[in-house]
Formats: sequence, C-alpha cells, structure tokens
Amino acid sequence: MFDEMYESDGVPRAPYAGVARWLEALNVEALRMKRDEAERLFRRIGITFAVYTEGGDPERLIPYDLVPRVLAASEWAQLEKGLKQRVRALNAFIGDVYSKQEILKAGKVPESLILQNPALTAPMHGLAVAGGVYTHIAGIDLVRTGADDFYVLEDNCRTPSGVSYMLENRAVMMRLFPEFFATAGVEPVARYPERLLRALQSVAPPYCGGDPTVVVLTPGQYNSAYYEHSFLADEMGVELVEGADLVVEDDVVYTRTTQGLTRVDVIYRRIDDDFLDPEVFRKDSALGVPGLMRAYRAGNVTITNAVGAGIADDKAVYVYVPEMVRFYLGEEPILKNVPTFQCNRPDELSHVLANLHELVVKETRGSGGYGMMIGPQATKAERAAFAKKIKADPEAYIAQPTLALSTCPTFVDSGVAPRHVDLRPFVLCGADRIDIVPGGLTRVALREGSLVVNSSQGGGTKDTWVLRGNGGA
Amino acid sequence: MLSRAADSLFWLARYMERMDNVARLLEAAQSMSGMTEGVEEWESALAATGCDEGYEEKHGAVTREKATHYLAADLENPSSILSCFDAARTNARAMRTALTSDMWDAVNSAWLEARRLTGPAFKPERIGETVDWVKSVGTRFYGAYAGTMLRNEVYWFTRLGTFIERADNTARILDVKYHLLLPRDEGVGGAQDYYQWTSILRAVSAVRAYQWVYRTEVKPWNIAELLILRPEMPRSLRACYDEIDQALAQLAASHSGRRGECHRLAGEIAAQLRYGRVEDIFRIGLHEYLTEMIERTARLGDEVRSFYMR
Repeated sequence: MFDEMYESDGVPRAPYAGVARWLEALNVEALRMKRDEAERLFRRIGITFAVYTEGGDPERLIPYDLVPRVLAASEWAQLEKGLKQRVRALNAFIGDVYSKQEILKAGKVPESLILQNPALTAPMHGLAVAGGVYTHIAGIDLVRTGADDFYVLEDNCRTPSGVSYMLENRAVMMRLFPEFFATAGVEPVARYPERLLRALQSVAPPYCGGDPTVVVLTPGQYNSAYYEHSFLADEMGVELVEGADLVVEDDVVYTRTTQGLTRVDVIYRRIDDDFLDPEVFRKDSALGVPGLMRAYRAGNVTITNAVGAGIADDKAVYVYVPEMVRFYLGEEPILKNVPTFQCNRPDELSHVLANLHELVVKETRGSGGYGMMIGPQATKAERAAFAKKIKADPEAYIAQPTLALSTCPTFVDSGVAPRHVDLRPFVLCGADRIDIVPGGLTRVALREGSLVVNSSQGGGTKDTWVLRGNGGA
Repeated sequence: MLSRAADSLFWLARYMERMDNVARLLEAAQSMSGMTEGVEEWESALAATGCDEGYEEKHGAVTREKATHYLAADLENPSSILSCFDAARTNARAMRTALTSDMWDAVNSAWLEARRLTGPAFKPERIGETVDWVKSVGTRFYGAYAGTMLRNEVYWFTRLGTFIERADNTARILDVKYHLLLPRDEGVGGAQDYYQWTSILRAVSAVRAYQWVYRTEVKPWNIAELLILRPEMPRSLRACYDEIDQALAQLAASHSGRRGECHRLAGEIAAQLRYGRVEDIFRIGLHEYLTEMIERTARLGDEVRSFYMR
C-alpha cells in the first residue's frame, strides 16, 4: 500500500514535507475547530449537494478534509502530458465514430461494441462540430498505486462535475490557513473559469463573429450539482439558463430576456443528452429545449460537451483507449489503463467468475459508484448474486484487479489517519489548444479501508496541491 | 437580463419586504395586547397580511398564541415569516448569478438561522426577539443590495419588488384601521383609542416620524396623510410610488426608451399621490380609496410581469 505522505519508515516524502510540519504543529482540537469553521463557510456560501434516498437535511455538504493532497511539479508534468494525449485521442475517437468509423474498419475496436451501443447517438452521424471538439471538458479519474504508478480508472467525456469543489476547496484552504498556504509554493487553480470561457468561446459556430454569447444550461436548482452550475456561470460572467429560458425559432437558439429574444452561440449544458430536446430524445423531458437539435445540426449553435460524447465513457470502450492513442496519434500512451477483463469474452468471463473475490466488477454503463462490486469487501452471498447477474448479461460487465489505491492523511474522528484517495483533473479542449489547470478534485473515502470515493457513497474531498517545485527541505 | 432572473429578483425583494412587514405587524399586535383583553389587534394583523381567511379555516377563533404561530412560523400560511424566508431563498437560489455575494449571504444566512422558527424550536413567548431579528434581516438585505448592486436593470427590478410590496402593505395596514381614522380633525379620545392609533404608526415604525412631521398630538387625519401623501415618510404610498416610478423610468431608459402600460399606470398613480389632498381622499371614503389602491398596485405588479418577464 502506497502512502502519499510517508515513506514506509515514517519519514515524509519531499512534496509533503511542509504538510508534515504543519500537521505536527496542530493538535486535534485546533483541527476540529477549523473543520467546523470550514463547514460553516460551505453552508453560508451554499455549497451543498443533494443526496437522494435519505431523509433529513435536503441539502448536505460533501465533507471537506483539511489535509491537502500534494503532487510535485515533476509528477504533475508527467500527468499533464499523459492527460492531454489521452483527451486528444478520445476526441479523435468520438469524431471518427460519428463519421468515417476508421478505427472500426481497421479492426482496432470491435464494431459490435460501438454499433450496438446505446450511447451511440444517431443524430450525430455526419455532423461537423465546431473545431472538431466533442469533449470540451473532460474529467479523467486517476488512481495511484506507487511513486510512479498512476492509472486511469475511467474517462468522463459527457458532463463531468466537481470542478467547483476544486476551486472552493482551495478558497476555503486559503481562508483557514493563510500563513501555511502562503509558504507552500502551490500553483493557483483560480484561472479555471477564464480558461473554461476561452475554450467555450473558441468553439463558437463559424458564422459567429467576435464575441460569442455563451450560456450555462442547468436542469435547475433541485439538481444535485446546481451550485456548481451557478458558480461556473457566475465566475465566467455568463447567463445561467434553464430549458424554459431558451427558445428555438427558425433553427436559431435565443434566450428570453427582459428586452426580448437574444441569440445564443454556445451552450455549456449540464443536462444529459436524453433530456436535451424532446423533439429528438425523451419526449417527456421538461428540462430541455424543443428544436435544439435542429439548431445544432444547422450549425447555428455549439453544444458542449457534444451530444453523443458519452460513447467514450463506456467502461468496455475504455479498454481500447490506449489503442486509440496509437491509432490516431501514432504515439505510445503515457497514462496506463487498469488491466481489464471483458466479460463478453468467454475465456475472460470464466477467469472473472473464478476470481470474483479478488476483482472489482463494474457495469459498463454505470457511474457514480453505483452498480459495482468490490470482490474482497463483498460477502460470499453478494458475490454469488453478482455472478448470477454477470452470467445473465456478460456484455454489461467488466472486471479489474482490486487496486491498492494510495492513501493520504485525513482528519477523521479518531484523529489523523490514512484514507484512500483518487484524483480527477479537468481537461479543457478548445478549438486550438488543450488546457489543464494544475490540480483537480481529490476525492477521499472517509471510512477506514474503503475504496469507494464517490460523494454519493459517503466520500469527501480534499484540496489538491500541485507544487511549483518538487518540495523538500 | 433573463426574464426569469428579473422575475426571481422581483419576488425575492417582495418576499423579503413582506417578511419585514409581517414582523412589524406582529410587533404592533404584541405591544397592544398588553393594553386590552381582546384579540382585536391580532385580528387586524391577520387581516392586514391577508391571512384572516386561511387562519379561520385552520383555527377558527383568534387567540394570541395561535395567531402568533400562524403569522410567524406556519408553513401552511404562504405569508408567514417562515414561508417568506423559504420563498425568498428559493428565488435567490434560482438566480444566484444575478445576486451579489452580500445579498446572497444576507438571504442564505438568514434562511439557515430561520430554523429557530421551525417545529419545537419556535418559542411564542420569545416572539419579541424573533421580530427584532427579522427586522434586522430585512434591513441587512436592503442594505446589502443598496450597497453592492450595480445600478443596472438587475437593481431596478429588485427595487421595484421592494416598493410594490411595501405600497401594498402600507395600504393594507391602513385599510384594516380605516374605521378608526374618522374624517374629522378630532383629538384623541380615550386611552384605548390612543393606543390603537399609535399601533398603526408602530406597525410602520413611524411613531417618532409623526412627531417630527406634525409636532402635535396624534390625530387620525394626520396619520392618514402621513401614510398616504407625505413624501418624507419612507413607507407612505407617495414615497413608494415615487420609487416605483423612478425604477420604471430607469428600466425604460436602459431599454432604449421602451415603455408599456406598467409605466403609464405607475406614472398616473404617482401623479395622483403627488398632487392629491387628504380631504379629497376622505370625501371619496378612505376605505374605498385604499381598496382601489390595493387593486391598482396588484394590477401594476401584473403589468410589470407581463411587460418584462414573459
């Protein structure tokens, strides 16, 4: 098990030297006070998250952990290169799937996996999207198992969320511990909103002249990520709209304003494909905009992320991403995939069924930590039940070895203790460049030994520091 | 700006103002109930907030405890302080991006604190403290937006909400007491009358203002004039309509002169208040006058919405 802060002999690693000194100087009582202060701040700002199913407080906080997660400049440089490469390949792949399908013809990705995939979106075929970009904001989930061992756990090309936590966690950290932060030499993340706006403006439709109108489209204030939607709109200085604020006339999208209709050029939507346009997708959707797809297909508006980008999020498609890097870029992948067994292959299926107690099994179309089973932590009965499900529909599952995710010191009830973490950096693709703000969202599994970091499953978050140097001294 | 944003801000401001007014009425009723055995003041407070019918349906006879709870903490009453908090915060959250952070903080932290009004946390015997707190929330909200908002249409819609609601509330408070305000230049009768008249002033925080303006004993005629026609009285209909007229003029100016029925109506009412005389109001009948004012103010609200927010 790799601890990010301490070597096995208990000596702090170089990037964490400052954090270790800071932790030593603080007692549990001081930490507790700061944690309560942080919670009050989050509530006052209104950074809350709706967790369905449970009763009680409808607006809950994602627990914020005070101990930052740290990456050295050299570690980040390598990740950054790998992320840019991977997202370039993913964009090329999505574009290919909706046009010539060369990667299928070359036999590098099985046709059946793509052509029969429900995430494949027919109205996207042959549509030339602005700048050739499909996933404008990609969240790539990484895990670490050793000093130099980072793996991509999954790609989120659809509508990744969590970036507001990256920004607010930093703001709260700087407010709670200004002296500590000032001496730590951390790369800023606050430029994210302006970079995001630049990326969105760069993919405005070709007809659009100098100053495209960008809006953020939200399902509304009862959506669990509503705070993030309003935060990003506010930070970018653009309107936050709901479906009912938009109207399509003659295949042009407008917002309803106090001065009549105003044309919209780029929509950063945080609504799933299914709900975007009742004329084309779900007819019962009240969240979307009738006619939006007509305007999109006419080239009169850019939708980000592109409709149909979810084809790249499928966990069985994930297996082929390294192949995409080779196929489209002619490069060797910098970031590693987790070795993955595909249950639709008979030999791999029997291996999976025989080794369930060591594997993590995931639904290929699941997300948010739902629909998965962690073999070593499951009971015998749970494993048997899952085996049944896999046998009934092998296509719907993949399996991976249970990775020993790295741990990072975390403030819990018993004091400061190691807990498992992952990392989601946010990759911004404009028409001309790819930008990654140094940092990301570190999620932490607060229960001892737990490997599930999803906020819907009781995970928390940490501020993520990328150092200007490599730390030490 | 988005039509929906204008609508949300308009209603945010209205609910914050309404909450403040309900608190003032509660305070007035509270201060009177020490003077009399009856529940007349509570009946007035319920009527002035338009809560009388809902109350009767739910509770029947008016008692101090039940009326206090109904006005302050009952979520089934859409005009209770607690309901106003919920509605204000829902509108604020729907359009967070149009609010300054100070405004958001004023609304959201008040909403978080408003839990003191829910369930067993609500203590009717400490309503005085609650009223003081609610008034301070109203003042803070008003100060936050006056002090931090850009003077663009976002600001003028918010202001419109505040003053349309305030005009409505002042007219209602007066109307509930119109039978006390006889059209005669009479002095105060018994102690009971005196307290009832001053309770009107107290409900609009104008006891001192009255003295400064008239420097004489409390007379019903003057009270009516103060709350309808005097421009220096910040809750008078005249002052409210001056603000409304100005806000609409600013909106028209920022929309290249575009005007509609709401501008005409507001201008007409403002002019009538500017040049009106209290004796003419009493000639028409105070109750008739106020009833019409309440109706026209409601119509103005509708006109504003259909012109800007559809």
